[in-house]
Amino acid sequence: MSITPPGVSSKDFSDALKQFEEAVGKEWVFTSDEDVALYRDAYSPFWGEPEERVASAAVAPFTVEQVQAVMKAANEHKIPVYPISTGKNLGYGGSAPNLSGSVVLDLKRMNRILEVDERDASALVEPGVSYFDLYRHIQDRKLKLWVDVPDPGWGSPVGNSLDHGGGYLQPMYRNHFDSHCGMEVVLANGEVMRTGMGAMPAAKTWQQYKFGFGPWIDGMFSQSNFGVVTKMGFWLMPEPDAYLTGTVSVPRYEDLIPMIDILTLLENSGISNGMPGLGSPILGGFMMPPRAPEVTAMLEKDGVESAELHKYAQDKGIPFWSCTVKFYGPEKAIRAQWEYAQEKFSVIAGAKFKDDEFYKFPLTPEQFNKVHKPEMGIPSLEMFSIGARSPYNPTPGQGHIWFSPIIPRTGEAVLEANKVFAKAAKDFGLPLLSFSLPTTYWMRSFIFLFGFPITHDIATNKKNRETFKQVVRVAAEHGWGEYRTAPAFQDAVMDTYSFNNHALRRFHETVKDAVDPNGIISAGRYGIWPKHLRGNKA
Amino acid sequence: MKALIFLALAGCAFGADEATIQHGEKVYTYWCATCHGQGNLPGTVALQTKYKGAKPAMLSERTDLLPAVTKTFVRHGVSIMPFFRKTEISDADLDALAAYLARNNKTASR
Repeated sequence: MSITPPGVSSKDFSDALKQFEEAVGKEWVFTSDEDVALYRDAYSPFWGEPEERVASAAVAPFTVEQVQAVMKAANEHKIPVYPISTGKNLGYGGSAPNLSGSVVLDLKRMNRILEVDERDASALVEPGVSYFDLYRHIQDRKLKLWVDVPDPGWGSPVGNSLDHGGGYLQPMYRNHFDSHCGMEVVLANGEVMRTGMGAMPAAKTWQQYKFGFGPWIDGMFSQSNFGVVTKMGFWLMPEPDAYLTGTVSVPRYEDLIPMIDILTLLENSGISNGMPGLGSPILGGFMMPPRAPEVTAMLEKDGVESAELHKYAQDKGIPFWSCTVKFYGPEKAIRAQWEYAQEKFSVIAGAKFKDDEFYKFPLTPEQFNKVHKPEMGIPSLEMFSIGARSPYNPTPGQGHIWFSPIIPRTGEAVLEANKVFAKAAKDFGLPLLSFSLPTTYWMRSFIFLFGFPITHDIATNKKNRETFKQVVRVAAEHGWGEYRTAPAFQDAVMDTYSFNNHALRRFHETVKDAVDPNGIISAGRYGIWPKHLRGNKA
Repeated sequence: MKALIFLALAGCAFGADEATIQHGEKVYTYWCATCHGQGNLPGTVALQTKYKGAKPAMLSERTDLLPAVTKTFVRHGVSIMPFFRKTEISDADLDALAAYLARNNKTASR
């Protein structure tokens, strides 16, 4: 094998591997170069460089008891371990550890769907269950339940929610960590703990009431390294009767501000409840008509604030902005909600409306093939069309990483972010961003999302890494923080959450030292290093 | 490329029974068809773009795939398709998958 865990003697390592084999079976401890290479991050921004984060071995338990045995052995020999669920967090680290030499604790084999309760609309699953698995389980049993899925459906509800992933359905399900209810965690010393109502041995409401009694600590196990989550409960969305979308378009550049304010009011009031979609008919882009060459020329000359461009849009009668508003619910209700939404948007002079999709469920096979599947709670891998070879992308790269800051849910913030990132793109030699609208919407904030390509060219990756850190810094200067990032940038991002001399990170470190004194779990994950490795930052 | 040719030749020694091929189809449906199946899916579009109709865009319709080629792509990935771990597709599952995708290849002895 190529590497051993840092600071661990070869005897301790081989003793630990032997104990891992006793715990899970020899077949499920991987030590050959060929097998361990499968734990590389396929989208690593360090691909092929000495700094690439690689595992020393992997161990794949099948039961919670086996996880406990592995953790006890790792703790005894101070072996760094890095738990993964399905290992498909591509763009955010994949299956590779933050700290090279860690043993990946691969939980993919723990793929049991322990319970799906249609009356309560809840589920209890293990980390190796994918969104596809949970969807198929529900479909096979003809349960009237939807799972809120992220764009790539091969991920794990447990892993995705712990990494603060999101989907498309009603706001209460769209933020996957928010929609979890109760977890089981194996601690660094091998002890097993349940949170919320699960702490009561005879609990009847583990998946129905989040808080149990005393401090609610579930958040401490997300984006962290304080324990190994082995079960999680989730709230599922009852299948709605129908789905309706309609688009409002507004004529002027400055209309973006009231349009987003009205949209936010509608969503916060529970009137519209699907993830909306912002667009710009004049600027073109995703799901929009192609942009006219003269518009590109005006944008390149004076940017989106170009008076000439604003006049051009007015003269041609092309709306500057549009917003697709989405509704799940009974047909009568959602038709009335759309009508009400149109009344609200009508305060913007010149607003126009168009009815778009309307579906009743279950979908016909033809509709099934046509729809954007995650909006119907259907897992898919169609999102990979963005990077895969296609007529629009004849020479694909090797992956991507996402720059994804949270910005306020206002038109002013969207316009300011564009101005700031356009300047940053120019300053750092990135392809010019002519204009970008948020593509992911939490109920109370926007996520700006920019992909950085990953190649197997070391010089290009080095440049992109440096640029990525620069845009993280620029975003933070404006108060916009990354919501999630790849291991390569977790220290840099954590550094931007620096209020009162990094009080938050120091608190994380205090907790880390208390709950994992040997610092064996996911060293460095989300910028939290154990005591003996602090200063080891990327 | 040389490695691929070598692996392809090595694949000629392959043989598989119906039960293995049926299991391979299940592995294909579970792991591969979500990207390489029927429709406007990323893997299918990618191969359509690459071969421009000279070969079927859907992997399950190919007649030239040899087991070793399938195994190489599954364990090494290509472009944005990542490689798959043994906890996802075990060696036995991969043997069956490779046999399924080679079932129409007359040069792969069975």
